[in-house]
Amino acid sequence: MTAHPFTFAGLHLQAFPSGALWIAAEMTLVVSDLHFGKSDRIARRGGTLIPPYENTDTLERLDADISKHSPATVICLGDSFDDLDGVAALDDSHRATLTRLQAGRQWIWIEGNHDPGPVDVGGTHRAEVEIGNVAFRHIATPATPEVSGHYHPKLAITGRSRPCFVYDKTRLILPAYGTYTGGLSAQHPDLRNLFADHAIAVMTGRKAIPVPLKRKVPQALPGRWRGSRP
Amino acid sequence: MTLPPAFEEWFAQRGWAIHPHQQDMLDRKDLSALLLIAPTGGGKTLAGFLPTLIELADGTHDGLHTLYVSPLKALAADIKRNLRTPVEEMDLPIRIEDRTGDTSATQKKRQRADPPHILLTTPESLALLTSYEDAPRMFAGLRRVIVDEIHALSESKRGDQLMLALSRLEALAPGLRRVGLSATVENPGAIAAELACHPAPCPILQADPGPEPDIQMLVTDEQPPWSGGGGKYSIPAVLDQVRQHNTTLIFHNTRAQAEIFFHNLWLANDEGLPIGIHHGSLDRAQREKVEAAMVAGSLKAIVCTGTLDLGIDWGDVDLIIQVGAPKNVKRLVQRIGRANHRYNAPSKALLVPANRFEVVECVAALEAVKAHDLDGDPKGSGPRDVLCQHILIRACAGPFEADDLYAEVTSVGAFAGLSRVAFDDCLDFCATGGYALRAYDKWKRLLKTADGAWQLRDPRAARVIRMNIGTIQDTDTVKVRMKGNFKPLGDIEEAFAATLTPGDTFLIGGQIVRYDSMRELSVQVTRDANKVPKIATFMGTKFATSTQLQQRILRMFQQDSWPELPRHTAEWLGLQREISKLPERDRILVETFSFEAREYLCVYGFAGRNAQQTLGLLLTQRMEDLGLHPMGFVATDYATLYWGLDPVTDPTPLLRPETIQDGFEHWLSGNAVMKKTFRTAATIAGLIERNLPQARKSGRQATFSSDILYDTLYKYDPDHLILQITREEALEGLVDFGRITEMLNRTQGRIDHVPLTRISPLAAPMLLERGRIPVAGAAQDRILEETASLLMDNAGLSQLPQ
Repeated sequence: MTAHPFTFAGLHLQAFPSGALWIAAEMTLVVSDLHFGKSDRIARRGGTLIPPYENTDTLERLDADISKHSPATVICLGDSFDDLDGVAALDDSHRATLTRLQAGRQWIWIEGNHDPGPVDVGGTHRAEVEIGNVAFRHIATPATPEVSGHYHPKLAITGRSRPCFVYDKTRLILPAYGTYTGGLSAQHPDLRNLFADHAIAVMTGRKAIPVPLKRKVPQALPGRWRGSRP
Repeated sequence: MTLPPAFEEWFAQRGWAIHPHQQDMLDRKDLSALLLIAPTGGGKTLAGFLPTLIELADGTHDGLHTLYVSPLKALAADIKRNLRTPVEEMDLPIRIEDRTGDTSATQKKRQRADPPHILLTTPESLALLTSYEDAPRMFAGLRRVIVDEIHALSESKRGDQLMLALSRLEALAPGLRRVGLSATVENPGAIAAELACHPAPCPILQADPGPEPDIQMLVTDEQPPWSGGGGKYSIPAVLDQVRQHNTTLIFHNTRAQAEIFFHNLWLANDEGLPIGIHHGSLDRAQREKVEAAMVAGSLKAIVCTGTLDLGIDWGDVDLIIQVGAPKNVKRLVQRIGRANHRYNAPSKALLVPANRFEVVECVAALEAVKAHDLDGDPKGSGPRDVLCQHILIRACAGPFEADDLYAEVTSVGAFAGLSRVAFDDCLDFCATGGYALRAYDKWKRLLKTADGAWQLRDPRAARVIRMNIGTIQDTDTVKVRMKGNFKPLGDIEEAFAATLTPGDTFLIGGQIVRYDSMRELSVQVTRDANKVPKIATFMGTKFATSTQLQQRILRMFQQDSWPELPRHTAEWLGLQREISKLPERDRILVETFSFEAREYLCVYGFAGRNAQQTLGLLLTQRMEDLGLHPMGFVATDYATLYWGLDPVTDPTPLLRPETIQDGFEHWLSGNAVMKKTFRTAATIAGLIERNLPQARKSGRQATFSSDILYDTLYKYDPDHLILQITREEALEGLVDFGRITEMLNRTQGRIDHVPLTRISPLAAPMLLERGRIPVAGAAQDRILEETASLLMDNAGLSQLPQ
């Protein structure tokens, strides 16, 4: 695994190919937009019955990141649950895995627009946290420097689009870590215009690969929504 | 039965005598199912409707009497127009309406409350009608169903969906009579078995096929080129033919080829002969303009694709030109039938081989037509994704008993062999998702009520199910519009649009346009004065040459000489025999040679383009594993040519059946074509919702790719129903693994390896082929990384801390 190391607002950070962010000095792992309980929510609302394996898969990947780096703190940057009822959709084995992952470390659930209230699966519930002078919250605000999620940035350079980190000097947005998450092109004005002219995207995949974003575009581009709406 | 006096009189007034097959249809009108095979122009439609018109003539029937189903909306409208003549002239008390995706909502609502005597519709609109709770009332009085162009429906899942809908209608209106109208097909028995209400029989009525068609290869001064598919060399000769005939239809196998040919035709059309173009990617308004001009007889020729294959009466067509090898004899015969609608005159057609190999193929096809040897692959059993959709549609209409529905479904020919276990699996999939992990007990889609009937858990789900009715595979397309005036020119595939960069030029609607920008899901273009587009093509269907035609070609190869072939082609084959070998039916010929520092391997599998391409992907994977450094391959209908850095000294292990089978299994896990196949099956079965334009436009983060679902399902539930269906589907279509299996069975490991010191005559054209596929493999990440670092350097991103 090759991470992309970079300095952001005084913090030495690593963007992992898995989509997690590593703050070595703090032994802190940050992941965003896990969206546990997505399939349950779609089914509950009378939609289709998509494969109910996203909780297992997201937890397996999170387990791998945590086992490898043994963080002292794990920050889940909001939208950890697709909705608050989705917490009930976690089965016993998922709860057991979460409990095991939480043992011996600080675990912070940042609230997101999908999961604004506290959840009964251990850990601390917070609106946002600060490390140094950097705020960690779910949705980007004008109050920088900050690290956030919410937008699920994605980018395609050659071939298929992949989830990516996006940052400039004062703002960092994490890719969605959850298995069942779509994405918004990092070039989409809604996302692109949050950043300065010079901004970098870090592609996830087998290696974390940095690539510059194109300059801001005034004109509306089509959202590159790939695939089906489950 | 004899014609009633009013009808007798009407026929007499028009100076017509009733055709023998029309009389036969009338005599056998009370049969529960009947299939009529008749050539185009044989009065097929009237034969189908005559019993209905007679039964309705006394004005005593209330409500729906006859349902007419055709594959095309346009056909329904065309028939409505044609039926009006006898109904008005005989003053019959009959109301006729059509109902398609184009019918207004008010009209549709009224039709359900007060149905006409004759309703003309499509399989999808019919499926939707059966999903309403008032379906029993609407169809209670139904007496007859006429399925037009049943041979075309039978080739796809639309036919399966239609037959399932008919089984529903049979339950709502017992004793319903079914009539199928078909063009000439290789196996009428198979279509009859599909139409029958199993186990009742469906007799076949063969109309007089008319005189033999006059069909030849177009002789040109210029020889066909070695490779390519455009047929550009033939343009002067084609224009000459257009000049000599009233109306000529010029068929092409792909939209891209039609576009290129049309463009070149106009460059050479000094006299300004009125020539139009018609294919499925063109904007509807444009297509309708061409259709109107055809009916009015103001066009000398129309360059077209399969969209004009069906039986719409387009006016006075007296010549069919097929550019490119026909690939399939049955389709060729049906196309030829489009020429000359006068029943007793022979149809006239010319074949234009696009390249040297296609000369052989065209001659083989001509012989097949003369021998009445039509091709077609036996169809498998009824597709289960369509059955799943049928179960959900049934649930929309109200509670149902599983036993009843099973009985209905197995009355459909294609599903007659469906086991109860397989049916229950599909029902379970619809109810719970059918996952190994029983996750949805709380949120099932279908629930069993206290009295044992199945019903929707949430009635609101009916709306979603109705919106997803249909089996037609949608590709994501984007509109192409002229910048400034927003005039729509047609659609291109989103994947093609994504490859365009500003300034690229391509052909659409016969004109060269320059890509400007993307806006709101449409591609903005400007006119371009250039004569040659930078990007020659956009994706279209590529038909694979049929098994039967391939067998004919292989038999021709075994002749001592080829007097039936033009000299240039016969000499080419002779040279191949001298230098290497000509491929044989029950052996695989493999040639190896070096050329310009590359090592080549050519495998003549004669399995059709799609299968040869799949073989290309599988073998390059294997070659990479063996460290043979493959760099790319190109596939045609008859062979796959590989090139790489290292020579293959012994191709035998590469072509072992178990090696290929293993490769295929491995391939299932990650291949893009498999994911596309999965997406289609999952959409039809109701696992995912169709990719509706408004959903794509709203662009929420909630939208995610069906590829993720495939990967997850493959990882955690590899035996899931939809993955079973995906594997089955991969045996045909784009993957066409079934033809690879057929090749392996036919050749039984008999491989002739011919090492050569030079390029063989048969392999040479392949080096010139377009559509070469580079091997990505492990190189993919390296390409991405190199591109990214180049971009980083160019952007001068040193000001950002790294």
